Amino acid sequence: MKATREGYIEGLLEAGERDTRVVVVDGDVSRSTGTIAFKDRFPDRFFNLGIAEQNMAEYSAGLALAGFIPFYSTYAVFAAGRAWDQIRTSICNMNLNVRIGGAHGGTSVGPDGATHQALEDIAITRVLPNMTVLVPADANQTRQAVLASLDIDGPVYIRYGRNQVAELYNREESVVPGRGRLLRDGKNASIVAVGAMVSIALDAAGMLSKKGIEVSVVDMVSIKPLDIQLLQYLSDVTELIVTAEDHQIAGGLFGAVSEYMSENCPGRIIPVGINDRFGCSGTPDQVMKHCGLTAEAIVGKVEKAVKIR
Amino acid sequence: MISSKVVREDILRMIHTAGSGHPGGSLSLVEILIYLYWKEMKIDPENPDWEDRDRLVLSKGHGAPALYSVLARRGYFSVDKLDSLRKLGSGLEGHPHMQSLPGLDCSTGSLGQGLGIAAGLALGLAMKKSPARVFCILGDGELQEGSIWESAMSIPALKQKNIIVVVDRNHVQLDDAVNKIMPVEPLAYKWRAFGWAVAECDGHDPADIERAFSTKANKPLVIIAETVKGKGISFMEDQAQWHGRVPDKEQLKKALGELK
Repeated sequence: MKATREGYIEGLLEAGERDTRVVVVDGDVSRSTGTIAFKDRFPDRFFNLGIAEQNMAEYSAGLALAGFIPFYSTYAVFAAGRAWDQIRTSICNMNLNVRIGGAHGGTSVGPDGATHQALEDIAITRVLPNMTVLVPADANQTRQAVLASLDIDGPVYIRYGRNQVAELYNREESVVPGRGRLLRDGKNASIVAVGAMVSIALDAAGMLSKKGIEVSVVDMVSIKPLDIQLLQYLSDVTELIVTAEDHQIAGGLFGAVSEYMSENCPGRIIPVGINDRFGCSGTPDQVMKHCGLTAEAIVGKVEKAVKIR
Repeated sequence: MISSKVVREDILRMIHTAGSGHPGGSLSLVEILIYLYWKEMKIDPENPDWEDRDRLVLSKGHGAPALYSVLARRGYFSVDKLDSLRKLGSGLEGHPHMQSLPGLDCSTGSLGQGLGIAAGLALGLAMKKSPARVFCILGDGELQEGSIWESAMSIPALKQKNIIVVVDRNHVQLDDAVNKIMPVEPLAYKWRAFGWAVAECDGHDPADIERAFSTKANKPLVIIAETVKGKGISFMEDQAQWHGRVPDKEQLKKALGELK
C-alpha cells in the first residue's frame, strides 16, 4: 500500500532532474502534499505563493509563457475549484504548458470533511478545451503520469490522493494520454474505474467471479482524452458497463463514458460514485462506505443489471 | 511616433464598424500605449516573437481596440485589418487572443488575471536572465478583483524588478463612477502598503508619462496614470454609459470632428 501523492513527488523530482524547465508553484501546502522535497532539491525552481490559488494559476500561466513547465499543486478542491476561471481563461485559452496537481482528490482526505474533499474536480477540468485529465490509480502510475505530462502539449490536470491505496503497476508501466488499461477480461459485464476505485473494482470482479459472473475491469487513467478504442472493445464484448469513481457521478467518469457511449455504442451504463451530495468527516474508508464507494456496491449493481437481462 | 488623434480615430471607427466594443476605456489608454510602444518598450515589430523583447499584458483586455490600433500603426500588421475588429476569423478578437494576432504577448479579458500572469512571465524571464521587462496595464475598476491584490502582495515579496504596472485611473467602470460602485481609494497608499513604489502622472501628457516611467526605485513600480474615460470626445468623457456603447453614424461624425 502506498499513497498516490508519494508517486506524484517521485515523478516531480525525476521530472525536475530530466528537464530544467520544470518549476513548482505551491500554495502553502508543501509539507502536506510533499512538494517540499522539490524545494529541497531545486530551491531555485520552487515558489511558495501562500494561500492564493488564483495567483498560483496566474504565475504558472506566466511562467509557461516564458517557456517553463510549471507544476502547481495544492488540494484538488482549491487547485481546480478556486482557480477555475484562471485555468479556463488564461491557461486553457492560451493552451499553456501548465501542469496542475490536484492533491487529496476525492474522499481521500476523509476527516477534513466536505470542505476539503474534491468531488467535482474531474468534471470542471475535463470540460475545458485543450485540457488533458489524468487520474492515476496507484503511486507508480502517478509517477508515470507526471513524467508523461512532460511530453503533452497544453495543460494537464493530474488528480491524486492522500491515503494509501493498493499497488497495481510496476514502476516502468507508462501512462499514455488516451489509453486506459484493460486489467481483467470478462464477458458478462465491464467495470470502468479511475483512481482509488480501480483496486476496489478488481476486488468486485473477484467477488463476482465467485458468483459465476465474469467482468472486464478497465483503469481509465486518461479521462481526457478518453480511450474510445477500449470503450468500443468493451461495448463489442459486453452490453453492460458500470463506472466507478471517487467523484460526483454527474460530469465525471460516468459523464465522460456516457457521452461517448450514447453517441457510438449500444448498451447500458450504470454509475457507482458520489450521488449529488457533499462528503463528510470520517476515515477515508468510512466515508467511502458511507457514500457507497465499495466493492459490494459495484457487485450489487452488476448482479442486478445482469439478472434483469 | 504616431499621434494620439490617429489612434483615437482608429478606435472610434473600429468600434462603429464592429457594432460593439468598449470606447471609453480604449480612449483613456491611448497616450499610455503610444508611449510604451514608441518610447519605452524594446520591441521589434518585424520579429514579434523575439525572445528578449519587452512584453505587454493588457489586463484590462476590453481596451483591445486601442492596443490593436497601436500594434497596427507600429507595424505588426496591416492598418487595413483594423476594420475587421470582432469579425469571425479576423484575429482581432473582442478581447486579445495572442495566438490569433501578431504582437500580442498574452491573452486577456477576464479582469483580475493579468497582473499575476505578468508576474509569472517576469519571473520566468528573470530566471532565464533575459533583459526583457514586462509591462502590465490594469483598469481602476479592475482593482476591485481580489486576485489583483494576491499578485500585488507576491510581486514585492519575490523582489521582482522586471515588471512595471500601470493603472489606467479613469475613475469610471461599467455601471457608474468607481467611487460610487466600490471605492478603490486611497489608491497610492494601498499599493505602498503592499510594498510598491508609486509614481503618479497625467496619463494623457506624454512628457509626464515619461517622467513617471523614469522613476528610480528599488521596489516594483506602479504608475497611477490619471486619465479620463472616453478622453477627447465631449459626450463620452466621464460617462459610464460609454463604457460599452457604440457610436452611431452621427455620433461618429461628431466625435471625429472633435478630435485634435
